[in-house]
Amino acid sequence: MTARISYDEVAVGTELPAQSFPVTRAMLVQYAGASGDFNPIHWNEKFAKEVGLPDVIAHGMFTMAEAIRVVTDWAGDPASVVEYGVRFTKPVVVPNDDKGAVIEVSAKVAAKDDEARTVRVDLVAKSDGQKVLGMSRATVRLA
Amino acid sequence: MALDQSFVGRTYPATDPYEVGREKIREFAEAVGDANPAYLDPEAAKALGHSDVIAPPTFVFAITFKAAGQVIQDPQLGLDYDRVVHGDQKFAYTRPVRAGDRLSVVSTIESIKSLAGNDVLSVRGEVHDETGEHVVTAHTMLVARAAEEA
Repeated sequence: MTARISYDEVAVGTELPAQSFPVTRAMLVQYAGASGDFNPIHWNEKFAKEVGLPDVIAHGMFTMAEAIRVVTDWAGDPASVVEYGVRFTKPVVVPNDDKGAVIEVSAKVAAKDDEARTVRVDLVAKSDGQKVLGMSRATVRLA
Repeated sequence: MALDQSFVGRTYPATDPYEVGREKIREFAEAVGDANPAYLDPEAAKALGHSDVIAPPTFVFAITFKAAGQVIQDPQLGLDYDRVVHGDQKFAYTRPVRAGDRLSVVSTIESIKSLAGNDVLSVRGEVHDETGEHVVTAHTMLVARAAEEA
């Protein structure tokens, strides 16, 4: 369960490579199938608007899955993530066009625990200029 | 309508085992666009020290959320599911989920709060494999928005 990045080469403030993840309606349909979450707010515009949403929104769990890729791509072994939590603060609105939406994720090391040899990574996920996740943190065990 | 506080601490029976398949992990990884070889290639996973392909960190939610359905749909609790949104989600892993696992979940109501007319329900899902080893704990916070004034 070791990662490619070593604990000693990481400092508080180290920035992880940021990434942007596209989200289209087709991807939401695919995610619905893979995850078993068929809530119509994620694929049916008419239904979404009837329940007061501006349009179809991405699954919160889809956004959560994308955001952690910044950490797992950096660490090498995804199993180095020992804790991961988020708050869903704003929905990612996905219009029915050929562009969809984009989730932009940045992350940096916020704390180090010398005893456990873990680092706390704080993540920021934005879409359309708005923060879509709050309190988004991962604890990562490094070699 | 506030939920009954006496449900705090209630634990539901363990779910029947969910068998994690390589192809289900692949399907999930593809759906989130993640081509990490640890999810797709058993040899790459073995090179990292895993016995088979592992699942992305959030994969297990499909299993724990289904298990939480026992709580959400408990008629005695009376949660208005049509008004429920996902508030927070957290996972604490002992080890990654991997292909071949047979996982069962025990769901417990951790807390019930009423905030500005909204019902806030926190459910803990403890996931164990068939040997009884702890794999991951999922903490799911759901918010049932207050009904609009008629």
